[in-house]
Amino acid sequence: MRGAPYSLRARRALSALCVSAVALPLTACGGGDGGAEDGVVRSSWGDPPNPLEPANINDVQGGKVLDMIFRGLKRYDPRTGEAKNALADRIESSDQRNYTITLKQGRRFANGEKVTAASFVNAWNYGARIDHKQRNAYFFEYIEGYDKVHPAAGGAPTAKTLSGLRIKDERTFTVRLTQKFSTWPKTLGYNAYAPLPRAFFEDHAAWLRKPVGNGPYQVRSYTKGSVMKLRAWGGYRGPDKARNKGVDLRVYTDNNTAYTDLQAGNLDLVDDVPAQQLKFVRSDLGDRYINQPAGIIQTLTFPMYDRAWSGPAKAKVRRGISMAINRAQITERIFHGTRTPATDWTSPVLRRQGGYEPGLCGDACRYDPARARKLIKAGGGLPGGRMTITYNADSGSHKDWVDAVCNSVNTVLRSDRACVGKPVGTFADYRNKMTGKEMTGPFRAGWQMDYPLIQNFLQPLYYSGASSNDGHFSDTGFDRMVNQANAASADGRAIADFRDAEKVLAQQMPAIPLWYQNGSAGYSQRLSEVALNQFSVPVYAQIRVG
Amino acid sequence: MGRYALRRLLQMIPVFIGSTFLIFFMVYALGDPVAALFGDKAPDPATAARIRKDLYLDEPLWRQYAHYMGQVFSGHFGTAFNGQPVTELMASAFPVTLRLTVVAVVFEMALGITLGVLSGLRRGRGLDTSVLLLTLIVVAVPTFVSGTVLQYLFGVTWGWARPSVSPAAPLTELLLPGVVLGLVSLAYTTRLTRTSIVENARADYVRTAVAKGLPRHRIVTRHLLRNSLIPVVTFIGTDIGALMGGAIVTERIFNIHGVGYQLYQGILRQNSPTVVGFVTILVIVFLLANLLVDLLYAVLDPRIRYA
Repeated sequence: MRGAPYSLRARRALSALCVSAVALPLTACGGGDGGAEDGVVRSSWGDPPNPLEPANINDVQGGKVLDMIFRGLKRYDPRTGEAKNALADRIESSDQRNYTITLKQGRRFANGEKVTAASFVNAWNYGARIDHKQRNAYFFEYIEGYDKVHPAAGGAPTAKTLSGLRIKDERTFTVRLTQKFSTWPKTLGYNAYAPLPRAFFEDHAAWLRKPVGNGPYQVRSYTKGSVMKLRAWGGYRGPDKARNKGVDLRVYTDNNTAYTDLQAGNLDLVDDVPAQQLKFVRSDLGDRYINQPAGIIQTLTFPMYDRAWSGPAKAKVRRGISMAINRAQITERIFHGTRTPATDWTSPVLRRQGGYEPGLCGDACRYDPARARKLIKAGGGLPGGRMTITYNADSGSHKDWVDAVCNSVNTVLRSDRACVGKPVGTFADYRNKMTGKEMTGPFRAGWQMDYPLIQNFLQPLYYSGASSNDGHFSDTGFDRMVNQANAASADGRAIADFRDAEKVLAQQMPAIPLWYQNGSAGYSQRLSEVALNQFSVPVYAQIRVG
Repeated sequence: MGRYALRRLLQMIPVFIGSTFLIFFMVYALGDPVAALFGDKAPDPATAARIRKDLYLDEPLWRQYAHYMGQVFSGHFGTAFNGQPVTELMASAFPVTLRLTVVAVVFEMALGITLGVLSGLRRGRGLDTSVLLLTLIVVAVPTFVSGTVLQYLFGVTWGWARPSVSPAAPLTELLLPGVVLGLVSLAYTTRLTRTSIVENARADYVRTAVAKGLPRHRIVTRHLLRNSLIPVVTFIGTDIGALMGGAIVTERIFNIHGVGYQLYQGILRQNSPTVVGFVTILVIVFLLANLLVDLLYAVLDPRIRYA
């Protein structure tokens, strides 16, 4: 019965309603926008919290759109995650610090403008400058002159453009970085590095109402907070042309409603199957349900600035807590297999050649109650005999798994009160507590990668003073290995060095890896060739309709 | 009457200022919203400071409030974090919720008063008991249960209606959500009408009307119902404001992008301009609905008059 289409009787009932209510302004009688347009994918969407500018979008929902309407220098292969040249013809360097970038010929924006070296340089200068308050400004911090356009202490910038960027000719520009960074070219697939047309700078407000990019799709209409209609752009010259006529992104406030709409045939694609439906999703959708790894890892991070939790003895306690968590059971019972127990600090989407190393965490990530008890005791026990796990209660189902983790720890320690969850009302408050160093025990942390590189899973999170090092972990050995990796000229060498750095984490355990998160999606019978990329975003361009 | 209405309108000014300040204070007390704009990543301090300055968040509370009220009186309700003016959000959200509320109120009035009158006139008989039982069930079932169940039955199993409402939110699509929203109030309307009818059925003027030999339908509609409606109208008047603000659950279930949705988003993202702006309008709606109710008293019962 599930997913039954509109029956004849129902149509009659509806048309009767339409007749009986003619006096009222009606638009939905006789189909309206409820029906499916030929060749167009109807997909669920969330309202992006920030304005839709490339350097301002740091959430999945906004990233979805950028991925459709923009192509940058590089693009991550949706299957392998490998960074391949998109608009870049060549990116060359002899010293891992000065790069020369040459663009492919004949690429244009959807409004007819040519994509030139200036399209990139202007966009990056815009993104980096503090006056524009772009959330992703820090992506440009490795380019020389960033401290002038974006003074760390606040205040007025002393330059308008990044001194490290130079336009050589229409198709070539050079970049000088502040330090050696061997994997830097591979980061250029990130949306913040997208080129921008002149229209963006000339009429910014109009551009925001209807963004113009250079990708396989163009925006036909955008009603903020409810729907964005994208249509395939005929002028696109890349290899990944859209195989469908377009995509309608519809904002859903609740993923349960989106799922119900999918069942009723009003929607073609949901890329976030609600937790309550995971039990039924296989019988509802069969093989139209996708559950595959994404570049997201969840950890329990320790406040290393708190003396109760730092020091060599406490490393034993941290490892012990990790051993006390029954990851296999929690991922199965609470997440219905949509998460995989973590055994390192990266993600399976990197693959082995990209730096993923299953089992790198070793015994410390294996459930072992007896040794866990011993280790915690050897380290002097939990500080004050108990611990809390802090999480934000306003989104996700964090309470469920935090309680389960605590349960696991309590069972191992044979005490009901050794571990309790500590909810914080809102995400903003939670973030403020974290940056304000107010955590008194382990807290939940999630990391969604910016680009499929091992560097992105380690440096921003555990390097001394790094931007997202919320536990304020600092280890000279770790920092040295990361520096060495960044200076390495060969790819394999860099990855080996990053792995060595990761082994420091396995010893010190400043953050306990919990599980890798999967992307989950479901789609209707109208669609085929639906796949998710490593960011758990559907690869819209390759979806076929009908 | 005119002077009474004017005085009531003037009274709204302090209520308006007081309530906006309270809401402003409460949203402010939730803490600094800027960190959340950066997602799971730590905000860059310099950028965060700029955003705070732009949103007036670096000023003390009273200056923020003064700045905000200055904006409100010049017809500008601030800007949401996604760069959209709050007035634009209101223009898209209020008509939708208003339509939803109209559906709910019409439904609860038509069905509630009818059921109330019928069971009041047949007090203690089978119909009265079954209506009592029915209303008890309706009151006991929370909106999110009745909403999801009806949505699933009508939208998926039988396919009679769309499970979600399209952005344009035409009236036909709002029928089911409107009924869901009106269900609980329907029960109250029924109970109130019934009690009032039972009470007034023994009143002198009804007995007089019966003695005069008036036809039954005239006694019920002109004499009995008109006087019995006063508590019901009071309830419905206050209910309009409550329905508009309380549509959060219903709007979420049926994906209606109305006031409830915007409020929910605003609170989740701690966006004070959105929350305060929307609640301010809701306060005005509430005040006006109450004024209307008070004025309606005089129409229903000429003995109640305002000088």
